[in-house]
Amino acid sequence: MAAVSLNSGLILAAILFVIGFVGLVTRRNLIVMLACIEIMLNAAGLAFVVAGARWGRADGQVMFLFVLAMAAAEVAVGLALAIRFRKTLGRLDIDEADEMRG
Amino acid sequence: MLHLLWLIPALPLAGFVLLTLLNRRLSRPAAAIIGAGSVGLAAIVAILVSVSFMVSPPAGHHFHQVLWTWFDTGGLRPQVAFYLDAMTVIFILVITVIGFLIHLYSTEFMEHDEGFTRFFMYMNLFVASMLVLVLADNLLLLYLGWEGVGMCSYFLIAFWQKDTQNVYCGRKAFIVTRIGDTAMIVGLFLLFTQYHTLAIQPLMTNIANATFSGDPVVVAAALLLLGGAVGKSAQLPLQTWLPDAMAGPTPVSALIHAATMVTAGVYLIARTHVLYLMAPDVRLVVAIVGTVTLLYAGFAALAQRDIKRALAYSTVSQIGYMFLALGVAGWDAAIFHFMTHAFFKALLFLGAGVVIEALADEHDIFKMGGLRRELPVVFWTFTIGAASLAALPLVTAGYYSKDLIISSSLAPPFGDVWLWAGAVAGALLTGIYSFRLVFVTFFGEQHTPITRRPRWRMQTPLVVLAVLSVIGGLVWLPEWMGGWDPFARFVGAALPLLPASGWSFGLGEATIVEIVSLAGIGIASLLWIRWRDATAVFSARPVPDALERYWRAGWGFDVLYQYVFVVPVKWFAHVARNDLVEPVVKGIAGINVLAWRGLSASQNGLLRLYIAVAGAGLAIIIAVVVLK
Repeated sequence: MAAVSLNSGLILAAILFVIGFVGLVTRRNLIVMLACIEIMLNAAGLAFVVAGARWGRADGQVMFLFVLAMAAAEVAVGLALAIRFRKTLGRLDIDEADEMRG
Repeated sequence: MLHLLWLIPALPLAGFVLLTLLNRRLSRPAAAIIGAGSVGLAAIVAILVSVSFMVSPPAGHHFHQVLWTWFDTGGLRPQVAFYLDAMTVIFILVITVIGFLIHLYSTEFMEHDEGFTRFFMYMNLFVASMLVLVLADNLLLLYLGWEGVGMCSYFLIAFWQKDTQNVYCGRKAFIVTRIGDTAMIVGLFLLFTQYHTLAIQPLMTNIANATFSGDPVVVAAALLLLGGAVGKSAQLPLQTWLPDAMAGPTPVSALIHAATMVTAGVYLIARTHVLYLMAPDVRLVVAIVGTVTLLYAGFAALAQRDIKRALAYSTVSQIGYMFLALGVAGWDAAIFHFMTHAFFKALLFLGAGVVIEALADEHDIFKMGGLRRELPVVFWTFTIGAASLAALPLVTAGYYSKDLIISSSLAPPFGDVWLWAGAVAGALLTGIYSFRLVFVTFFGEQHTPITRRPRWRMQTPLVVLAVLSVIGGLVWLPEWMGGWDPFARFVGAALPLLPASGWSFGLGEATIVEIVSLAGIGIASLLWIRWRDATAVFSARPVPDALERYWRAGWGFDVLYQYVFVVPVKWFAHVARNDLVEPVVKGIAGINVLAWRGLSASQNGLLRLYIAVAGAGLAIIIAVVVLK
């Protein structure tokens, strides 16, 4: 298996992160926003793994396991919020939840 | 016994604190017991201390009690310390004993009032402040008491604060006396910068030793302190607040605006008399202010229809007598008149309070009438008070003190025939206006039915004060009556007499004073009993009517001040509202408003915008770190 160069790996991670971020800002559906956060988390995980592979150390993969655990927790909380959100407002449009304005 | 001195102001203060803390939880009887009881205890302690002082006078005829150092900064080191000498003994006795009688009277007078506890709270604080004022050993502590009594006076004038008019009257009293107080504090600054101490006795010694007569600094300081005294004691030209101060409850008028607070100016000048001896011109000003005021207020009192306003002008006039006495260096005569005046004027106010209450809040004397049989106790005591005020010869306290003032106004070295003539004319006026009140209120036909009669708590103080108004003057008899003068010898220890005041007023001159005061009473009886109808017809004619209205309005001083001071100041404030400072202040306010609008708009509740802004911020930080 050909080794992936550090550069191309990091560029892929950056592209994924930006895609996630742009989706987070532009999409109004709460579920899609949660998915976008997942993409951003995985982009960060990819960066760890690529860096770990470059220096031949296990730290990167260990960090990725942490990222996975955190992502699982985030999804659990996020989906619970989404259910409450839907029950309260009847829809999943994040812009509906703007009552706390100055 | 003397070491109990600190208890005298501490007891009313404790009463005030207790009433404030327990305010709404207290029943009326409990509030009355605390309010009147604390002053009663203070009176007992004051009597014990005074008797001990008289029986075995301490060394140097004064007692100094240092409690603690108030503060210590920049060379100014005032102490909370009390100084008791013969003059202070007279003052604390009058304040606590008359204060207690008036508190006792108030427990019945105010019994149906909503603010019962609040009333006693202020009254106790007043008594405590007044005692601090007269006991203070330095001018700064005196000033604390001075402002304390002014504040309580304001609270109590505006006591029935639901009526806006009362609040305006309170405010007027506060602002007008403030003008004098400002002069006084400037005087204190001047004395401190010049002599580096505010402790009264060292200060007086310094002034007596270190300056020559007429030193500009001393003259300026004496004038500034006189300003404070004139404001507090309602003398010309700051007298306009006292008649309006009658908006307060009647016991307040009796205690604060007749017996005690308004004589604080007399106390101040007597206490700093060395200053006035070193500034002869200012001393003369004091005498002239007193004489002019006593005549001015005498005429104004003659024209009042409101019984309390008539008594208020009479108070102004009698304090004018005290100022006249101070101005001719008759310090002890002024203190003597302060004492007798406190007796009979408190009595007159308390009697007026009973009448006003009995007639369902009627103040107009021409609607009273014929109360002689209905309210006999009030009639007799009020008449005794009026006789004392009019200086009815030989049998009243007022006679001895006023006679003494009139005689000292002629006595060398400072006496003057013009001052004497003014004082004698004032005595005639006093006789007329005081018995006008008696004859119009208690004689003739009854115009208003009686709805409430006084009980023992209101009648006892009247009787006690009436007795004092008769016998209170027997402590200083004139020379031709044997010259028995324990009062003079007692107070003389604190207020050294001038070498020349051995001058005595003969029987001949005294006769003039007696004839004049009797003539005043006689004229009043002719005008308001014998020729009552003719007087009414005469005073309704255009010229006497206009003159009467002019005097009733206090010689138009309120209107004058309105146009000379209030209107120009308001006009200037109106014109100057767009001055240079205005844009700056408005600009600062505008910037704040804009910033608030911007920040407020950014908090629009849109989560996606927050994320975008956070992301952009993060990007900027990373860019700065990476590209640096």
